[in-house]
Amino acid sequence: MESIEDIMRMDKEKLAAPVKTVEDKWKLLPAFLKVKGLVKQHIDSFNYFINVEIKKIMRANEKITSDADPNFYLKYLNIYVGMPDVEEGFNITKPISPHETADMIHSLAVVLMPIMLRSSNCVLTNKSPAEMAKLNECPMDPGGYFITRGAEKVILIQEQLSKNRMIVDQDSKGSIECSVTSSTHERKSKTYVIVKHSKYYLKHNIFSENIPVAIAFKAMGIECDQEIVQLIGSEEEVMACVAPCLEECYRAQVFTQAQALRWIGGKIRQRNQWPSANKCKLDEARDVLNTVILAHVPVEDWNFKLKAVYLALMIRRVILTQGDKVSIDDRDYYGNKRLELAGQLLSLLFEDLFKKFNSELKKIADQTIPKPRAAQFDILKHMRQDQITNGLVFAISSGNWTIKRFKMERAGVTQVLSRLSYISAIGMMTRVTSQFEKTRKVSGPRSLQPSQWGLLCPSDTPEGEACGLVKNLALMTHITTDMNEAPLIRLAFNLGVEDIELLSGEELTSKYVYTVFLNGNILGVIRDYKRLVKTFRMMRRAGYISEFVSIFPNHGHRCVYIASDGGRVCRPYIIVNNQQPLVKSKHIEELTQGFRSFEDFLKEGLVEYLDVNEENDCMVSLYEREITADTTHLEIEPFTILGVCAGLIPYPHHNQSPRNTYQCAMGKQAMGTIAYNQRNRIDTLMYLLAYPQAPLVKSKVIELISFDKLPAGQNATVAVMSYSGYDIEDALVINKASLDRGFGRCLVYRKHAVTMKRYTNQTFDKVMGPLIDSTTNKPPWKHQLLDVDGICMPGERVENRQVLVNKHMPVVSNPVAGAPVNLQSVNYKETPLTYRGAMSGYCEQVLITSNPDEAFLIKILMRQTRRPEIGDKFSSRHGQKGVCGLIIPQEDMPFTDLGICPDIIMNPHGFPSRMTVGKLIELLGGKAGVLEGKFHYGTAFGGDKVADLSQVLVDHGFNYLGKDYVTSGITGEACEAYIYFGPVYYQKLKHMVLDKMHARAKGPRAVLTRQPTEGRSRDGGLRLGEMERDCLIGYGASMLLLERLMISSDAFQVDVCSSCGLLGYSGWCQYCKSSKSVSTLKMPYACKLLFQELQSMNIVPRLSLQKYNEV
Amino acid sequence: MERIDEIRSRVTLHEHGVDNVHSTDFPGNYDGYDDSWNLKKFEKKFKIDVKKLEGDELEFDMIGVDAAIANAFRRILLVEVPTMAIEKVFMYNNTSIIQDEVLAHRLGLIPIRADPRLFEYRAEGDTEGTAEDTIEFHLKVKCSRNKEVKDATDPDEMYKDHKVTTKYLKWVPVGNQSEIFKEGDIKPVHDDILIAKLRPGQEMDIVMHCVKGIGKDHAKFSPVATASYRLLPEIILKQPIEDELAEKLQKVFSPGVIEIEQHKGKKKAKVVHARRDMCSREVYRHDELKDLVKLNRVRDHFIFSVESTGILPPDVLVCEAIKVLMNKTKTFLNELQEAEIGVSNKNK
Repeated sequence: MESIEDIMRMDKEKLAAPVKTVEDKWKLLPAFLKVKGLVKQHIDSFNYFINVEIKKIMRANEKITSDADPNFYLKYLNIYVGMPDVEEGFNITKPISPHETADMIHSLAVVLMPIMLRSSNCVLTNKSPAEMAKLNECPMDPGGYFITRGAEKVILIQEQLSKNRMIVDQDSKGSIECSVTSSTHERKSKTYVIVKHSKYYLKHNIFSENIPVAIAFKAMGIECDQEIVQLIGSEEEVMACVAPCLEECYRAQVFTQAQALRWIGGKIRQRNQWPSANKCKLDEARDVLNTVILAHVPVEDWNFKLKAVYLALMIRRVILTQGDKVSIDDRDYYGNKRLELAGQLLSLLFEDLFKKFNSELKKIADQTIPKPRAAQFDILKHMRQDQITNGLVFAISSGNWTIKRFKMERAGVTQVLSRLSYISAIGMMTRVTSQFEKTRKVSGPRSLQPSQWGLLCPSDTPEGEACGLVKNLALMTHITTDMNEAPLIRLAFNLGVEDIELLSGEELTSKYVYTVFLNGNILGVIRDYKRLVKTFRMMRRAGYISEFVSIFPNHGHRCVYIASDGGRVCRPYIIVNNQQPLVKSKHIEELTQGFRSFEDFLKEGLVEYLDVNEENDCMVSLYEREITADTTHLEIEPFTILGVCAGLIPYPHHNQSPRNTYQCAMGKQAMGTIAYNQRNRIDTLMYLLAYPQAPLVKSKVIELISFDKLPAGQNATVAVMSYSGYDIEDALVINKASLDRGFGRCLVYRKHAVTMKRYTNQTFDKVMGPLIDSTTNKPPWKHQLLDVDGICMPGERVENRQVLVNKHMPVVSNPVAGAPVNLQSVNYKETPLTYRGAMSGYCEQVLITSNPDEAFLIKILMRQTRRPEIGDKFSSRHGQKGVCGLIIPQEDMPFTDLGICPDIIMNPHGFPSRMTVGKLIELLGGKAGVLEGKFHYGTAFGGDKVADLSQVLVDHGFNYLGKDYVTSGITGEACEAYIYFGPVYYQKLKHMVLDKMHARAKGPRAVLTRQPTEGRSRDGGLRLGEMERDCLIGYGASMLLLERLMISSDAFQVDVCSSCGLLGYSGWCQYCKSSKSVSTLKMPYACKLLFQELQSMNIVPRLSLQKYNEV
Repeated sequence: MERIDEIRSRVTLHEHGVDNVHSTDFPGNYDGYDDSWNLKKFEKKFKIDVKKLEGDELEFDMIGVDAAIANAFRRILLVEVPTMAIEKVFMYNNTSIIQDEVLAHRLGLIPIRADPRLFEYRAEGDTEGTAEDTIEFHLKVKCSRNKEVKDATDPDEMYKDHKVTTKYLKWVPVGNQSEIFKEGDIKPVHDDILIAKLRPGQEMDIVMHCVKGIGKDHAKFSPVATASYRLLPEIILKQPIEDELAEKLQKVFSPGVIEIEQHKGKKKAKVVHARRDMCSREVYRHDELKDLVKLNRVRDHFIFSVESTGILPPDVLVCEAIKVLMNKTKTFLNELQEAEIGVSNKNK
């Protein structure tokens, strides 16, 4: 023990040692993670919501007035989220009580807000590990999830197409269209510009037919045809395209704005909820143009100029794309995506609920104020505190996000945090799901986009239907939150951007200028865009504007885009100036000494964040040696393109890519340790390893996420050789002595719970002490474990069918609902909680608590210790899974000259087709590490070199290739081949035979069909299915079929009347009123059931009977 | 003839494989060789040479036997020489964080210094145990806070009895055991094996029964850390190797294998201690040396190394292993005889 601690201490000193080269620039990564953390995206987003966004929402909805009394109003002055207080009592392990108070005139709590763990308002923020330990919390736990109704819930990151951006696309018929999804606080709508018969139309759901663009322009106040053409563009080819549209306008006899509005007004689809009765068509059309069409483009004082310019640009884009000047936009391009996080989703929901809350208050005020009453009307008494709370809690715990004003309904937004292993928990926090339908067979959204480089892990995605749709963030990825636009606008204008309002169409489409966009809205035009971009970046590096603002030109569009919206993915790079990276050795030195933090690098302009779009305007080199005159940035470290799960793999760059993907999926099933507080947790299912080990071949990621402190696996000595026939198809042969000594030994914890209910008739469930036999004065075997309180004793061994909780339920004799019953006369029936399992278990812990419905809850934590057996699943870290095929005694194992026996023998056939060279190198690294007494690194795109590892082997008298001379343990003679031999990190996966084995002779049957039940959990039969049946028919084994399908299943004796062909009963035909021709025969019960069901539907199935000897 | 001799007596190590791994010297297999077994020949050839006996480690050479025999000794040493180990654990109290089963498993693996030859196997189904077949240990620890020390952060200073080591295991004589054994005769081999860590308030109250068993049943009964053998390496220099090549050759083998002699003003390589070679076959990586050397191992020269867990000295273990093999052969001979009697009876 001591020696290991010493080594760790030494390591720390070594880490703190001064660095000479810039090669140590990877140290920026731990510094980044120290500031940002692995789940910082979630926490940042939530913090933004509770500290900023919630106030904005309140301000937008601050006043409630009543129609009944013009003098009455209610105004919210301030809102804030307080710290959680423990009113909630004890929610198992988490002492964080999710609470929120919102201040009002009288400082009233409006809502109890679920609080994200480790957010700014969580009890756990800024706690030292020691303080965390005092709170029974694991310091390694990333936080970023919610606890609602006793379950840990994660709001997954949602990927969507970005809002308020033009996308030029091709529809199924091949015609070009430009679409914009506008999203404002009030409304979400999608507007299209489409081409039909080489004319351009404005398309929107609210219109019953497409609006010719010329009419739309006129309705927006651009009445002059010349002006329209100039707005779109006065180049020859553009003008040619616009002309037919103008003609169409002429044909419709629309010349003025009023005419156009009236024309549009006639095309508006009437909606019931819209109270438009009092409006004329003209006003309605103007209203629609203002608030629905391109809703995100602001219209002030009915000045539609900006919107018209925007529309014109949409048309121009379509025309240019048709003319092949510009290619269509790529929807899968990651710059066009935005990631929605917990904060954004919650703020949408909160605003919706808040609006509903306010409208209900208004309704109450409207109803109550006119009524004559003695006391003064106090609206505060009518505030229902729990309404918003319930809405939020319900959404988080069910995952159904329903937002009325956007007509949005999404299911599965939240998921229960998977606590199978530490990795699975962190893996879940970095998961990104996209809104695409999983069933659609499209390759585009699923394939790895080059623009995802460095932001999303290329390996970590599930196999099967969600492949490529569910992704994981890479290590350095950051997701932006919304930012104030006003300073950016001011800066842009100061830098020479000319305001749209001051320009005519000709100037806007001039070939000398670039249009400037801010978050999808047109800001103006600029002549010297290069200067704008350069200055903007300089300002950002100097810290005058936020580091997450991005600016980049698009030469195809002749635009400069400035983005400050939330949900963009970005990551930090080192800035390169004059072929010199700005981060120097001395900076890193200061970083290791603790004089510098990552923030300082940002502030001093040595490092900056780039989002996907701005990346395209940069020249990033991977290594210092690749820097050329054009280089603008330098990567911090190549391995950061991988995510958390792929970061565990040693030498992943030597593996075939799908193998890394498999490992990413499997690492989440590996058992080990899940948290420092794992023994305080009561999970429904928890798998732990008895002796987990840190891997011998580490990677930098492993250290960063402290996988070596919460490991999931063991270093097994592996011999790659064939042994017996029990190792084919990836099966492993395991050394029995290793198992005796604790290899692969695991603990399985399972929760059993009962609730003690209270019924409406005053009766309640109760727990009774064990029965005591009057003669022996001992409880029966079933009750042997029960304590006097009727609950099993912790530490007791529990066998199958023994009682854990001796619960009794009242039998109600008079079922009059609500009527009180004489409590003395109530009879109880036994409804005990019994233990069921193939293997005995131990009662670890009993917890008596209560749930929100005031019912008592008894939770019992059961424990099993399992030793690996044949059929248990193991895997290395290279997607090489295998089951244990044979356990052989140590003396039969081959041994080396030093007397070392392998723990695991693996068949070499696993290598050629899988091409997991990384595993071979891991073995080499492990062996060298063992010989030297140190950990080696297998970090992606780096790590220790094979030649160096081999040299270590040679220095210690081992073969250069890692192959050893071994002697067979059975014959005692040498093996003819040298065996690749050394330690490899092996994971034990959660799939174990004990949980899956199933067989049945006779057993339960389904009530309806009387056929055997289905599934292991119901002790079901094994189905002889259609295809098996086909085989037997083909073979002609009719009696076997009869036996399988009827006699062993649901044979039933029926009485059939041969005269009418219907079923009778006990020798009597009810139809013929006779027993003359009733005969008994056997048929499947399901068949009898079918006949009766047909009869109930007025179909008469008749059986015609014949004697078998008369056929 | 020389070639056949080599095939018969040497295992050859090539760059990518091993040749002549099997022993082929059965009677009649080679023309001109008398391979029939007789005691005299065997006695002449057979030799045991103890090279090192230090503490728990023993290295000896066994020369002149077939691999099957040597392997039998190895296998018996590993799993058939009995020892005493904790088998039954009675948990009266265990409030530590370590689970009962895991704790019991850990206790089982502790080597117990007690001469297994003085005990009997426990009868199947017997739960009580007698003085002849059971050793009892008690473990009773309770951790408490060290009140004298304040402001300490080191657990060693803050708590008393927080590391439960084998030192805490107390032997309790069963029946007349106290007359036969002295205090200190029976105890764990090492008294610094960490069993569990406790924190104030946590305690353990455990009674353990050790029984006699063999490693086949569970690895905890194995008397050795490991017992194995290797064949004596043989390095043949096909031609004189001189000067730089000689120095290179020296580096390529384990230290002490090759020595360099001054011979007529030239440095000449000489194999001195082939025994010390680790057989890493490093020579084969050097093209200029590759063809100058031949690596062999002597087929009937077994270098045994026995590493005892400390329960019995390794030399005693080897003797015990030999006894076990002798008993096995005796039983086998008896069986054969009985079978012969049975067959002859039937024939009558």
